[in-house]
Parts: sequence; structure tokens; C-alpha cells
Amino acid sequence: MEVGAEAKRIMVVALGKLYSSRTQRGGLRLHRSLLLTLVMKSARDMYHAAAQEEEEEYNGVVPRCDPAQVDSNNTTSTSTTTTQTVEPSLEQVSDSFTQPEPMEQTFTHGQTQQSRKRRGKISAVPDFLPLKKAKLDCPTQLVVLVDYVTCSDLGAAPSPIPVPMAIAAC
Amino acid sequence: MAEAGEKSSEMEWCFSQVKGAIDDEVAEADLISAVEFNYTGELLATGDKGGRIVIFQQNPENKSQPQCHAEYNVYSTFQSHEPEFDYLKSLEIEEKINKIRWLPKKNAAHFLLSTNDKTIKLWKISERNKRPEGYNLRNGPYKDFTSIASLQVPVFKPMDLMVEASPRRVFANAHKYHINSISVNSDNETYLSADDLRINLWHLEITGQSFNIVDIKPANMEDLTEVITAAEFHPNQCHTLVYGSSKGIIRLCDMRAAALCDKHAKIFEEPEDRNSRSFFSEIISSISDVKFSHSGRYMMTRDYLSVKIWDINMGTRPIETFQVNEYLRSNLCSLYDNDCIFDKFECCWSGNDRVVMTGSYNNFFRMFDRGFRRDVTLEASRENCKPQSVLKPCKVSIGLEISIDSVDCNKKILHTAWHPLDNIIAVATTNNLFIFQDKLK
Repeated sequence: MEVGAEAKRIMVVALGKLYSSRTQRGGLRLHRSLLLTLVMKSARDMYHAAAQEEEEEYNGVVPRCDPAQVDSNNTTSTSTTTTQTVEPSLEQVSDSFTQPEPMEQTFTHGQTQQSRKRRGKISAVPDFLPLKKAKLDCPTQLVVLVDYVTCSDLGAAPSPIPVPMAIAAC
Repeated sequence: MAEAGEKSSEMEWCFSQVKGAIDDEVAEADLISAVEFNYTGELLATGDKGGRIVIFQQNPENKSQPQCHAEYNVYSTFQSHEPEFDYLKSLEIEEKINKIRWLPKKNAAHFLLSTNDKTIKLWKISERNKRPEGYNLRNGPYKDFTSIASLQVPVFKPMDLMVEASPRRVFANAHKYHINSISVNSDNETYLSADDLRINLWHLEITGQSFNIVDIKPANMEDLTEVITAAEFHPNQCHTLVYGSSKGIIRLCDMRAAALCDKHAKIFEEPEDRNSRSFFSEIISSISDVKFSHSGRYMMTRDYLSVKIWDINMGTRPIETFQVNEYLRSNLCSLYDNDCIFDKFECCWSGNDRVVMTGSYNNFFRMFDRGFRRDVTLEASRENCKPQSVLKPCKVSIGLEISIDSVDCNKKILHTAWHPLDNIIAVATTNNLFIFQDKLK
């Protein structure tokens, strides 16, 4: 799963860059942080899409629920189905990995990025990164601008992923 | 004076000068971060990462000699910005000069604006070649006043030329985010400063307050999708400004419409090519520079791989697109790994708006002739430093087989400037400033 592996690598690199930019002279750069977040989002979407395709190939049957017609070029849509083959470490990155249930999946095809409501609260540090506890005295914890579709049928919204990143509060 | 760019397809560029240290080991403070000609082209200012500004002056004796009219000598050097520390946020504020903009000359002195991440300063550069002599009480050691029998009037006597730079205004504490642009208005009274989320309008005489005219900060920072990356005033219309964003969108604002220009008057956005979408599409579409043409009819934008020329009357697509380094598209992953994908290249117009220029890697810089639809790639290298030696165009393969190993990302030309009235260009490599001139036939 080349695309998936590459996507995961890109996400790891992006997180590493975000971590290291905290100690950069001059402080965090909002522009750079935003671009890294967008890269992570793209990589995550492509990872999901690739994982979904691989699962379909593996199963060799049409899933009970609506097929995930995720356009790989459309990074604004995200499947939130489970992937049995996902490594345990990645499950901590997004709590959207849940057991598959007979459900209707709704996708927001063609939605523009501007119309997406972002909920970026993050709660767990991925374990494929070196352990590094954030020591922030002031409440400057930022949120990674992670975007995902929340399907109401899936229940409660996934809990956020905390990647401490300082965007200067105003 | 040569007609700037009249026969631009036949322009041949000759080496004129190179400024800066020859050492291979470059001190970080010496990295050039800004280059700007003044309105007449007589002065050339450079800013560096150490917060210093060096101003070069065209040699007045050689101005009339065609073969030497691009000779610039050091005119003034001063420390513009110092590193600071924001105690409230526990953040260090870099002294790096982000932008320099000259003011039109009003009197004998020269004025320029320089900015780092947080503070803009107005500098006055003036010459002193006379000093008063003949004071009654002081001329060397203090005279005993009882010995003075008559009074004399001090007179000005010539002295060696001294160029003084003094800060006349300091515009501080108006930006919470990092300033990326400053632009002087054509009214010669106001200027704008832009950070990631806001654009402020200042009066040159008033430092205590500024007007916020653009604010794209969302109510919830989690909804942030776009930041401002570059902004500029129209060269002739004092009410018009444009700003580019990280999404590759340019917005034109008219200050007559409203006090707050959040709603753009015009938007310039090219539809995305879905076929070329990748992980890094958002990064490479981010606008790194926006420049109006001298005429004000066109504007140019630079993103990571291309230069686009827009007619300000048409926002649906650019009228011209020049691929600067398309061969990098297949190496975006490596450029992302080594951080070079975040490099911000500037661009500039020739004096007659016929040619545009921008930098690239391997110390290459490219010129695109809009009239003759030709482009040329040149290299700024100390190996081509013989006076009057003609630069030979470099042939860069546009195929996709170029390995990232052949791209020297440490040798990059981010800042270039074109003399407003003549075919003289200034190209900044890491820590050297190259000056080239058009070889006159």
C-alpha cells in the first residue's frame, strides 16, 4: 500500500515539523503551520481512501453499506469506516476508526473547503512520534486544523487529537 | 539612457558587480532577505537576516558611460532592527529585514521603510558634506571666555562626505502576527503593512495608531483556512490594494467602498487543475509575491512553480502563465522533506513591463519576455564574474527525469530587483548581491 505508507510518512514528517517549529526563533509561523496542517489533512484523506480501496480488494465483495465512492482527488471528503488493517498506532491519530456497522454513509462530495466546519480538538499524541511532553505554562495549546466529516449515524463525534501547536491567540 | 527593454528579445546580460563575502561558510546574519531599488534607480538597498541595511549608490561619474552605468558602491550601512523579546508571549522577535520600500524623494534626503516581523521603521538617509566651524567657545578644547576679544560667526566649511541614517518614525505594536508586506501608497502619505491575518493602513507621520482595513481572522481559529501572504498598493490608484493568500487567491480591495475591506471588490482565482492534484497542492499554490506592473494595468503573482500575469480587469484566469521550474513537480516530496517547498520566491517587472523576472534554485534566475514569448535562464555565479562578461543562458531540461540531487536547494535566489528606468538588475543569492546590466550594442 504505497499510497497509504507515503501518506502516513508525510503525516509523520508534518507532525515533526510542527513540533520543531515551536522552538524556532521568531516563534511559530502561522502560514507554515497552516500549510503543514493542510498537508496532513490531504495525507490523511488519501490514507483513508487507499486503506478503503485495499479493504475492498481484500474482501472482494461489495460492502453492505454504500460503497465508499471517495474520489481520491477530492480531499474534502473522508470516509470514516474502519480499517481492520490499520496499524494500532494510527488509531490513536483519529478516533474515526470505528468498527463497521450497517449504516448509511454520507459523504460530502464536492464540498468546498470553505464550507467545512473544522473541529480541531485533539486528545492523543500519536505513538509513532518520539515522546515529548509539551510544557506550556500558558493556555496556548493550538489545534491542528484537522478536518473530517462526522456522520451522525456513527454516533458521537470523534474525540480530537491534541498536537500542541502555538498559533498566537488574539 | 537606454530605452528599457525595447529590444528585450535581444537583451544580453553582462556581469557588473558582486557584493558580499566570498567565503563558502555563510554567517546566518549575512543572508540577504530584501533587495529594492529606489524610484530613480540611483540607490539600491539590501536587508539581511541580521537586521542590517546596506545601501548602494550608483556611481554618478559613470552614469553617462554606458559600459559602467551599473556600478554601485556602498553608500550607507546601518543597523535597522535589533532582536527583541516579547515577554508576554515568551517569544523572540527576529531582527531579520522582511521588506524594504523606498519613499518617493521629496527633498535632499532619502527615506525608506524597513520592517521585521513586528515593527516598521522609517529611516532618513541624508548626506552631510559641510560642518560649521569657528565657534566662539568650542573649537577643540574649551576656550577661556575671558580671552575672547571679539565674536565670530561660525561658517560652514566642506568636510568629507558623511551619510547618516536616522530613524524618524517607529511603527510598532500593531501586528500580532508576522508582517510579510509593506507598500507605500501613491498618495505619498500613507502605507500599508500586512501580516498573516490583517492589513493595517498607516499615515507616515503618525506612529501611535493605524487603521485596520482587512481582517480575515475567523471568530474561531479552528476555522482558519487561509492567510494573507503578500499585499501591495496600486501604483496609481491610491484607493486600490491587492493581497494574495495561501490558497492562491488574489483579492483586490477598494478603500472607497468601506472602511473595512473584508469584502473584496474583485477576486482573482484560477480553477484548480484536478489532474495535477497531490499531497502538496495547497503548499505550491500559495502566493509568495504579488506585484503590480508599473502601468497598473497588470499584476504578477508568484507561487512555488510558476509566475502568472493577471489583467486586473479579468479575474477568471491569468492572461499569461510562465512555468519557472516545472521540473520540481516530480520532486515535491523531497522538497517537502528538506523544507524547501516553503521557500518564498519574489518576482519583479522590468521598467517597461515587458519582461518579468524571478529566482529559482541552483542560483538560477529566469526572465520571461511577455512580448516575444521567450524566456531565458541565467545563473548568478562567481565563476562568471569577469567584468562585462556576457551571461550565457543555461539550458534546463524541462523533462520530468531531473533528479532532486541535481537541484541545489541551498543555492536559491529568493530576491531580485529591476532598475525602474534602465536594464540593470540586482539578484541576491544566499549572501551575495549580483548586479548585471544589459550589454549595450
